[in-house]
Amino acid sequence: MKTVLVAAAVFGMLTGAAFSQAPNFDDPEEFAKQREQLTATFNGPADQMYLQYAGDAMVDTAAFKKEAPWTVCFSNAGVNNPWRVVGYTNMTEEVKLHPEIGTFTHVDAEGSDDKQIADIDDLLAGGNCDALIVSPNSTAALTPAVEKACAAGLPVIVFDRGVTTDCPVTFVHPVGGYGFGIQAAEHIIANVPAGGKVLMLRILPGVDVLETRASGARNMFKEVGLEVLGEEFTDGDNAKTKSIVEDYLQRGTIDAVWMDAGATAVAAVEAFEDQGVDIPVVTGEDQQDYLQKWRDLGFKGIAPTYPSYQWRTAIIAAVQTLKGEQVPGPEWVLPQPAITQDVLDQYINEKMPPLHYAMCGCEDMPTYPNAWGGTE
Amino acid sequence: MSAQSLPQAPTQRRLPRINPVYVLVAALIIAIVVMNPAFGEPTGYMNYLKRVAALAILSAGALYVIVSGGFDLSVGSIMTLTVIGSSMLASNDPNSTYWIIPLMLGIGAVVGLINGLVVSYLKVPSLIATLGMMISLNGVAFMWSGGAPRGYLPDTFRFFGRYNITDIPLITLLPIAVICLVGFGLLLWWGMHRTNFGRMLHAVGDNPQAARLAGVPVERVRISAFVVSALTAVLAGVILGGRAGVSVDIGSGFELQAITAAVIGGAQLLGGRGSVPATIAGALALEAIFTLLNLLGLAQPVRLVVQGLILIGAVALATYQRKRAGQ
Repeated sequence: MKTVLVAAAVFGMLTGAAFSQAPNFDDPEEFAKQREQLTATFNGPADQMYLQYAGDAMVDTAAFKKEAPWTVCFSNAGVNNPWRVVGYTNMTEEVKLHPEIGTFTHVDAEGSDDKQIADIDDLLAGGNCDALIVSPNSTAALTPAVEKACAAGLPVIVFDRGVTTDCPVTFVHPVGGYGFGIQAAEHIIANVPAGGKVLMLRILPGVDVLETRASGARNMFKEVGLEVLGEEFTDGDNAKTKSIVEDYLQRGTIDAVWMDAGATAVAAVEAFEDQGVDIPVVTGEDQQDYLQKWRDLGFKGIAPTYPSYQWRTAIIAAVQTLKGEQVPGPEWVLPQPAITQDVLDQYINEKMPPLHYAMCGCEDMPTYPNAWGGTE
Repeated sequence: MSAQSLPQAPTQRRLPRINPVYVLVAALIIAIVVMNPAFGEPTGYMNYLKRVAALAILSAGALYVIVSGGFDLSVGSIMTLTVIGSSMLASNDPNSTYWIIPLMLGIGAVVGLINGLVVSYLKVPSLIATLGMMISLNGVAFMWSGGAPRGYLPDTFRFFGRYNITDIPLITLLPIAVICLVGFGLLLWWGMHRTNFGRMLHAVGDNPQAARLAGVPVERVRISAFVVSALTAVLAGVILGGRAGVSVDIGSGFELQAITAAVIGGAQLLGGRGSVPATIAGALALEAIFTLLNLLGLAQPVRLVVQGLILIGAVALATYQRKRAGQ
């Protein structure tokens, strides 16, 4: 019996990364739209990016106006990675800024579609929510649950990953995955001569926001004639990332490393560092450890972001809705800036934890930096 | 254990019996060198050994529990706890390493002791006891860190997993991790194959009833096995954290890899049989498979399939050989 159990477990380990049937993650129209939005001017206060929005479409929410205090409910896909930890902190701190929110109810789906669907059902059945914020675990699975909440008459705010219904008041999100891929790829194209070799490192296949990052970049490399050495999946694991880069280095030179997310960027940089090889262009994301490595070693880095300030925006949208104010919608598209060499220093803060995402838009909050694990 | 007692007529036609894991490792390494001659250079093979050090030490320690007839699923979470705990405590102070590593070893010893006590006295099957421990420790690490790393590991800590001694004649460079691998490998080999404790471990795993009747302190032996396993998990955590830096799930999956390495090395899952050098070779084989498939440039899904098949094949071969030899 033991043998069978372990054999099953060992086999499970080896087949763990399942394939998934990809919907269209290579949409030229969406690609072009996001490319344009990256450089567009956004409405709203210049120094508060979490309040900015693309376009002028607004949604009238007078029907949802309600007397305070409110109960705001939040169905969260999970707090299972450092980006979501920072985002969730942004959110809870934002809640503290709104005395009208009497109760903030958070339910964590721990990365499971089924649990999140059940969570939303429970929240609806409880009947206490005045507004529902949803950060969907996956798009298709959560759409019916969101529709059900809309049908119950609740104002629903969706953010981060989307759903395929337009019944929510608004869908808060930054420019998007293509945009992220474009920013990283443009930087590589600008710094690597034609015919250069690019290694693409990805976390895992099948996640829409990550697939679009990769497909956007892949197309651009092909266009300008950069050779993609390979697309490797790291599972977000530092040790694996380092091994993969070391192996590729043994087989030849690498002119650039493109990453679909920055959590293991430092491990990729270290692979070059430990081999005593010059560090090529390595793209990352806005977390502190990468930004500091980039500054200290002086390689050609760039940090596209998927700003975690959208977690603040979701609360702000809920508050505006319950006040009956106009809300940018049906999509509230937030700016998605990349951190470049010129502005690098202003995003570095050595007192913050290594995986603190610098584009948190949280510096202006009274509890910064302690609530994010930083020290004054 | 029992082969020596039966006098066997030496058969000259038979090849000397070699554990198939050594053949597997040799074959994989030859394949890698053929595919990529740079692997034959010191930077190539030293990198590979450096990479495998954590898993090899971990597997050799986990083997103690396997030989005693149990499983230790908590080792991966001990590695995670070691890395997270160390990064939290270090707060960027390079001098902290000197007390943090002993402290982590202390925590590891306590965890191993609890595992052993629960298994020996509460009679909870080790699979469940250590599964529970794994879940709890992951929870502790998560609570401690709040879900995201809160600090770096200082360079003095990362020394063991990351740094190379350079300018050595013949091999040019020698990673500290490889020195650790050899040192702890020898120590674990000695404990398993050259001490009375090692013999008692085998006896307990083979037949606990018989061992008890023969005067072996079964409980104490089992508990010691869990403590050894937990301590090597801390060492593996220090080396892996040193190599790769902090991440919140750094040790996840290592418990199964360690068991896999032991099984490839011919260890019997129900206890009573296992070899430290062969287990280390099992770890080398696992990493070599990963490197080779990477070199072949196969797509990820194909790679997983091949990796699984090689594993099943290796273990099936080992079992078949043993059966034929009548053991």
